[in-house]
Amino acid sequence: MHIKVRKKSALKEHQVTPEGVYRQRRRIIQGLGLGLGAAAFSLPAGANVLGNLLGKNEAAASSNQMPLTFDRPEAYRPALTPTAEKVATSYNNFYEFGTDKSDPLRYAQGLKTRPWTIEIDGEVDKPQTLDVWAWLEKQRLEERIYRHRCVEAWSMVIPWLGVPLAGIIKAANPTSRAKYVAFETLYDPEQMRGQASRYIGGGIDYPYVEGLRIDEAMNPLSLLVVGMYGKTLPNQNGAPVRLVVPWKYGFKGIKSIVRITLTERQPPCTWNQLASYEYGFYANVNPNVDHPRWSQASERVIGEGGLFGSQRQPTLMFNGYEEEVASLYAGMDLRKFY
Amino acid sequence: MRIDASALRRLRVLVHGLAVLPLLWLPWGFAAGHFSADPVPELLHYLGIWALRLLLLTLCISPLAKRFRLGPLVRLRRAVGLWCFAYASLHLLAWVLLDLQLAWGLIGEEIVKRGFITLGMAAWGVLLLLAITSTQGWQRRLGAHWQRLHNWIYPTVPVVCVHFWWSVKSGWIEPLAYLLAGLFLLLLRRDKLTRPWR
Repeated sequence: MHIKVRKKSALKEHQVTPEGVYRQRRRIIQGLGLGLGAAAFSLPAGANVLGNLLGKNEAAASSNQMPLTFDRPEAYRPALTPTAEKVATSYNNFYEFGTDKSDPLRYAQGLKTRPWTIEIDGEVDKPQTLDVWAWLEKQRLEERIYRHRCVEAWSMVIPWLGVPLAGIIKAANPTSRAKYVAFETLYDPEQMRGQASRYIGGGIDYPYVEGLRIDEAMNPLSLLVVGMYGKTLPNQNGAPVRLVVPWKYGFKGIKSIVRITLTERQPPCTWNQLASYEYGFYANVNPNVDHPRWSQASERVIGEGGLFGSQRQPTLMFNGYEEEVASLYAGMDLRKFY
Repeated sequence: MRIDASALRRLRVLVHGLAVLPLLWLPWGFAAGHFSADPVPELLHYLGIWALRLLLLTLCISPLAKRFRLGPLVRLRRAVGLWCFAYASLHLLAWVLLDLQLAWGLIGEEIVKRGFITLGMAAWGVLLLLAITSTQGWQRRLGAHWQRLHNWIYPTVPVVCVHFWWSVKSGWIEPLAYLLAGLFLLLLRRDKLTRPWR
């Protein structure tokens, strides 16, 4: 990818929906209401498609978020407008709390993220138990503005805060047999309603597991994320620690991590086990390899203009990170290894 | 209990009044925050599921009329069927307009490439034909062929149920429930449906 470096002053961060779009939506919805004779219903003031996001009935994020201090490396400040924070923190896939996009915000607020430890084990010389909050104190966090592309063909732009994943893997001294890195999400049916009920949890097997090849994990783009929009992660976005692999589909970015295991063999991955035909181990963003049920050639950008706040745009190879990661897949048939 | 002309009129008004409700609920649903930041797939599903519910409802009418000896109930079936077609058409329109945003090349490609969309389109094609020929004029013109054409609704039921099941990302309880309901309604007609092969 060609990272265009922009002057800091020219950055447009934390933008809410452009006012013109907002007004247009208000008109559309009010028009709909009148057209359907909805005078019989009392529409709340300020009714519009994103009313719930801009209104009072929706918290932007969990109440327990804390501000973080961080560096802003220029290399990771592309000329992209981040998605409105309220959108990014209220539209989530986190099946542990339910399969609706609004479920994580609604049901994840009770998740206890303190204390929190991550086990680092497997093919390592120095297995360790990471006390996340103590470890966080000692980190120099970076803010990186990444494209986020979901396998469901929608996308956002998120300013993540985190540290390169390579650091903590190196610290554990992987053995020569370490070929893959496996990740695991918390399993706690008492806190995660989707794990307590197969119906709520979408019928997938828990705990949620994911994995990367070790060279993918060591790539400088792979980020262990502890925050977004300048603060610690809200629970619905995977607090306290999640993975972000920006050239892969979003489901590879496993949330609320409790274990990182170095392995010799390719580790199992939740979505791949559920429907291997639809979700591959690699899950690289690729406009030329379709999902069996929809095209991946384009994506709807959430919160960007359009009639209902999503504009279609072409999907980029490796989500626009081709320059940094294409070499990882040299000689591989990406249709076969999707 | 009997249904006379005036009772049928009142029932007809009731049917139209109830069938339009899911549509009237939409602006309120948006305003009250029942849709997320990306309402397109949710709206798609909402319109589609109401089309399916109304489709199943059309198949409930004649068994009810038979069971409770309320022959005139059948006169309401066309209204329910046309509402089913209306929701299916809005579902298709939402997909073309809001999801694929009039990218015609992609739309054509998706209809051919994606099995579940092919099924959905085929089902809508049947509903379109039935809606066009739902008038008494067409009934007269087609004579004996009319009933044969309108029997196409029976294979359309499992097609739509499979279309729904195939479209969901995970979970099978809800799509299974609709499929079982559809199959049960077809089972009630097994004599009629197996007649041509006897």
